[in-house]
Order: sequence, then structure tokens, then C-alpha cells
Amino acid sequence: MRDLRRIRPYGDTADDGMVQISFSLPVPYGEEAKEAARQFVAKMGLLEPQVTHAADLGEDMTFFVVYGRATQEIDYTTIKVPKVESPIMNFYEINQFIRERIGRKIVVLGACTGTDAHTVGIDAIMNMKGYAGEYGLERYPEIAAYNLGSQVVNEELVKKALELKADAILVSQVVTQKDVHIPNLGELVELLEAQGMRKRIILVCGGPRLGHELALELGYDAGFGPGTLAPEVASFIVHEMVKRTVD
Amino acid sequence: MNSKLFLDQEKIGEARTLAAAIADEVAAFIVDKTTVAIERTVLRLLSLDGVDADGVPLPNVVVDHIHERGQLHRGVARYVINAMLQTGLGIQAIGEAVAAGELDLRATPLRPDRDIFARGEEEAQVALARIKRNREARDRFLGRLGEGPQPYLYVIVATGNIYEDVVQARAAARQGADIIAVIRSTGQSLIDYVPYGATTEGFGGTYATQENFRIMRAALDEVGEEIGRYIRLCNYCSGLCMPEIAAMGALERLDVMLNDALYGILFRDINMQRTLIDQNFSRMINSYAGVIINTGEDNYLTTADAVEAAHTVLASQFVNEQLALRSGLPAAQMGLGHAFEMDPALEDGFLFEWAQALMAREIFPEAPLKYMPPTKHMTGNIFRGHVQDALFNLVGAATGQGIQLLGMMTEAIHTPLIHDRQLAIESARYIFNNARHLRDELEFRQDGKMVRRAGQVLGEALSLLREIAAKGLFRALGEGQFADVRRSFTGGKGLHGVVVRADDYYNPIETALRSGLGLSPLAAQGMQNEEAGEHA
Repeated sequence: MRDLRRIRPYGDTADDGMVQISFSLPVPYGEEAKEAARQFVAKMGLLEPQVTHAADLGEDMTFFVVYGRATQEIDYTTIKVPKVESPIMNFYEINQFIRERIGRKIVVLGACTGTDAHTVGIDAIMNMKGYAGEYGLERYPEIAAYNLGSQVVNEELVKKALELKADAILVSQVVTQKDVHIPNLGELVELLEAQGMRKRIILVCGGPRLGHELALELGYDAGFGPGTLAPEVASFIVHEMVKRTVD
Repeated sequence: MNSKLFLDQEKIGEARTLAAAIADEVAAFIVDKTTVAIERTVLRLLSLDGVDADGVPLPNVVVDHIHERGQLHRGVARYVINAMLQTGLGIQAIGEAVAAGELDLRATPLRPDRDIFARGEEEAQVALARIKRNREARDRFLGRLGEGPQPYLYVIVATGNIYEDVVQARAAARQGADIIAVIRSTGQSLIDYVPYGATTEGFGGTYATQENFRIMRAALDEVGEEIGRYIRLCNYCSGLCMPEIAAMGALERLDVMLNDALYGILFRDINMQRTLIDQNFSRMINSYAGVIINTGEDNYLTTADAVEAAHTVLASQFVNEQLALRSGLPAAQMGLGHAFEMDPALEDGFLFEWAQALMAREIFPEAPLKYMPPTKHMTGNIFRGHVQDALFNLVGAATGQGIQLLGMMTEAIHTPLIHDRQLAIESARYIFNNARHLRDELEFRQDGKMVRRAGQVLGEALSLLREIAAKGLFRALGEGQFADVRRSFTGGKGLHGVVVRADDYYNPIETALRSGLGLSPLAAQGMQNEEAGEHA
């Protein structure tokens, strides 16, 4: 029987703790480099580290693939992850929900903000054709969706939201450096609050380094990670809109 | 031509004729216009560099100075060369005096046009000679050191710090890379000046500055000597400073430059008038410098569907080819872009990718095609990603692509780690070597899926070109014909920098470049008409 209070990695036998790691060290390729990698992994707490591959990267750098056995355990039964709770509806259900429960078209703005020029995330949610077989919000008859594209400054986004009377704003942050997406996301919240718009607008962010928990911390209503499709986001928005009118 | 895909040569011919008509219309539109970026480029090529006390580049200071005085439509060169004649100072001292508020170029009495033109031609020849020396230096390196076989292995570095980039670039060269591209800091394409000096801070990349170009060029020359292979350096022109960055690339011997106005219009929302005017001048510089340009059609498939929108890539390549020819750029320098971006879940997707890549190869036989790796369907599953990149590399090898931009298994996660690049290069070298002559061994069934796919894409591209030719490129862009993105004629960034040329507009660099590239002289230009200046 699996003991969920004591979980460790599974390689090919229960509890063997097998982990694979790859990394580079700034040392010249050779036997000393391999030994350095082995010791490094041992210091990470993995038992019996085996350096199975080492490659000379040039410039006195070496790349390694190392296996080792972990001894640490996790108590799975105590894990709690905040998640977006609204039930996920499909394209037809969402449009019907808007017609019946909201009674008008809803306005959703999407943008990739700050210095970020990578629109793959926002496009996957917004674009007519959608992604992985799911239509994007532009295809939804009951949603007026505006994709503002990349490198939109927060002030511009707020201006557009006022102008178009947005019900929801989706912010995507894909490639950023030195965690610049964190202050950038925070700035938008402050701007909306300064305009007195924050409470009226459903504010959602998404991207590979964003989750629901971080989104809540930053003052957003929800956060979605990679692999999210349009219906998940739309379901959250419409449920949240109805919930707010009831509250 | 013997087509393995049984492509209809008449359709290809008709597509070229339509694209030529589209490009002629654009050329007619831009012929009587200049931009602030073009005028700054003229100053840079006349050897003006540096920044003022506030860090504003002197080319911007001087162009703004003339623009504020309402004279930019006559060409900044007229006033600067005149000041050089009147004061006996060099252009750098002139620029510094303007920046310090000690010299008003408009208030300086104008010498007769013939004196200005004579000095301007001299200065332009000095500038072109400098570029030519770089071109000859590249040829000498290639002759002495040689280079890797095509497809060239192209990798990016993107640390934000030029000195860190150098370490990664040198490592990549040692691992087998042929081309190193230094990704620009995001947002640089939207700023209307070129930053100055060596930079160590950037977002998602490193600022393109002339000093950064120089630092990386020196590092790649050094490592190239050690490993006995010339390493090409790539950077990015597209954006609001297209011709300026092309000029910096020419002065610092860059070898490959991204240069595509359509990309700027669609993906950076740069005004279409501005960037098409800028593109024309920047491609003339690229051409003269022997730089291979890369176009950005591959990006269409990141927003539009790679199967449904394949013909938009081909149609755009036809247009880009014709626009490039009008800038004097030969086919051997046209790295037309396309990409391997179909959904991996698609049955026979690999066959379609192969058919399209071979189709591009057959239609543009002399162009060093730039083939882009999967990005849209990279997921964070690095193990599957490595396999997707392997299939992409196999198509590259089997279809004789010119430049293979290597995919990274960590695409969609972060800028490449130093070993991501090594694994990508190792895999590409394995596949290219292992399948080097695959293309020569294969023929395709005339009634097969691949032949049918290529014929279909060509047919659809032809229909699209007919539509665009009927309405013009500007309107087609307004209607979202490419990448599902709509852009308006007067929208986007940078339109304020467009200026209609006066009859006596003067640009000695343009005149010298047109002559050097074998392009016909522009009729409206002062140099061709001694009297023009006197009438004005």
C-alpha cells in the first residue's frame, strides 16, 4: 500500500527516490569536473550520485546529467493548493450562461503588457481560432473580445478598459527577465485602484510563471498557468460576474 | 527546372509578376519620402556618433534640430555638409556644437549647391569605402578560415549583458554554431533612437548598440581563428530604427540581419508607411554590406494556423523578394523566413512540413532560406520538445535550407541555458551529418500527399497575391491578410517621423548607394539636377 504521508520519487521501484538532474558547472571538462558534479549532487542530499554524462561546453564550462536517490519525504495529505473554483463550462454553455444570467454581451480585454513581446499565451486564449481545438474568446458570440497585442503599457490598458467599458482584463506575461513581471502586474492593480475601477473589473493574469496563488497575492482575482484554454478563463469570468452581482 | 514536387512553373511565374506589381506600387509610394530614421542614418554613415549631455544620440539631436526648423524635407545632409564647409569642422564637432546650442545649422548661410554636392559626394564615398573594406575583410576570413556547410547552425544568446553574451556565444561557436544572433532587449524595436555604448542590462535580450556589435564581433573573430571557422554575427534591424541599425551593422561587419517591415507592422504595430520607407533604405545598406537579410514570415504561423495559413507565408515571401530586389539586394542575400509550426498531433503533419519546406527551396533556389523551429507547440515538456526539434532538423537537412535556427527544448520556459544550446547543436549536427544527402536520394510520388500539399499551397498563395495586387499591399494589411492581424495606413507607431521630400531633397549616401548597387538614380534628386537647388 502507498503511504501518502511519506511520498518520495518513484523510479522503477517503490520508494527508490530516483531523481535525474542536469546542470552545468563553470569548470573545465575532465575527471575533476565530474567529481565536482558528483559532490555537488551529494550536497543536495541525494544518495549515490552517478554522473552518467559530461560534455565540454567550451569556455571552461561542463554540462552533466546525474542520477541520485532522494531520501526526503513529503506528506501528500497536508498539501493545499488554492485553485480557481468555478466549474468549467464549454463554449455553448458559456454563451448560454451569459445570455441567461448576465443578459448582455460581456467585454473582455487581453494584453501582453510591459516589455513582454510574446503573445503566444494571450493569443491562445483570445484568437478566433484558439488553441488545441478550443476556440478563443473572439469566437464567442456573447463576448466582445479585444486583443491589444504585445508590449502594452499599463496606462494604455487602463485607458482602453475605460473606453470599452471592460468587464474583465486578461494580462499575459510570458518571457520576462529578472522577475520584472511581478512589479509590472502590481502596477496595473494600483492604476485600476487609483481610477476607482478595480472593484468593477475582473482582473486575471496568466503565464508560465504565474499561478492562482501568486495572482491572489498580487491583487488579481485569478491566475492561470501554462496549458490553460479559453473555456477555463471564460467560465471563471462569467461565474465571478454573476457572483459579484449577487454579493 | 526539375521540380521534385511537380510545381507548376507557370503559376510560380505569375506569382512573381503579381508580387512585382505589388512591390512597384510600394516603391512608387516611398520614392518621394524620407524619415527621421533615414536622416539619422545618413549622419551615422557620415561618421557622426556619440551622445549629448543628457545621453541623447547626436544623430537624433541634429535631425531634431533640422526638423524643428522645418527643413528636414530638404535632407539633413545639406545643412551638415554646408556647416562643415563653412566652419572647416568635422561632422563630430558640428554635432557636438549643435548639441551644446553653439551652432544653428539653419542660420548658417548656405553655400551653392554645387559645393555642397561635391563635398557630400566625397564624404559618401568615404563612408561606402569603409563598408566595402568590411565586406572584403569578411571575404578574406571566409577564404582563409572557411565556414560550416549549409544549413548554417544559428543560435541565439540573450542574457541582457553583452559581456555575458560573449561567454555564451564563444561557447556556442566552439560547440559548432555557425551564426550567433544576439537577441535584442524587448521593446527596443519601438524606441526611436539607438542606445549608446556597451550595455549590461536588458529584458529578454541585449540592446543593439554599435559598441555591443563591436565587442561581439571581436569575440567571434577571436574564437573563429582558434577553431578555424568564420562565425557569422546576426542582429535585428526591424523596428523604428531599421536603417540606422543596418548602418551600424555595416560599420561593424555583421553578417546577417533581420530586416522585415511587414514583421514590424504586424507584430510590433509600427506604422506601415514609416517602416516600408525605412526598410527600403536599410536593405540598400544591407545589400552593399554583403549582409544576408532574414525576413519574418515564420511569425505569421505563431498567431495564425500553420496548416491553413501556409500560403500567406509563401505569398509574403514573393512580395519580400520583389521589395528586396528594388533595394538592390541579390537573391543570395535573401534569407526568406518560414517555419515548422504545425500542431504535433496532426496526422502526417511531418509530410506537410517537409512538402512546404521543399516547396520554398524550389521556388527560391538561390535564397539562403531561414527556417524557424517549433515555438507555438512547445510545451515545457523538454523531452518531447527535443524530439520536435529533431524532426524539424531532419526536414531542414532533407530540403537544403540555408539557415537553420536551432530550436531549444526549453522554448516557452526561459531564454536558453548554456547547455540547452549545446544539446540543440549536438542534435542538429548529428542529424545534418547523418542525413546530409537525403535530398538527393528521394523523389516524390506525383499523386502523393506531399506533391498535392505543395501544389495546394502554391495555388492558394497565387490567389492571395491576385487579391493583394488588386487592392494594394497597404489595404491588404488593413484587412488582416497576414497573420490574422489588421493594421491601418495611419495607425501604429512612428508615422510622425515620415516627411515628404522637397524637390531639392539631398541625400548623398542614397545617391552613392544607388549607384554602387546598380540601381537607377532617383529623378527628383538634387544630385541629378544641378539646377534643382537654384529653383527651390
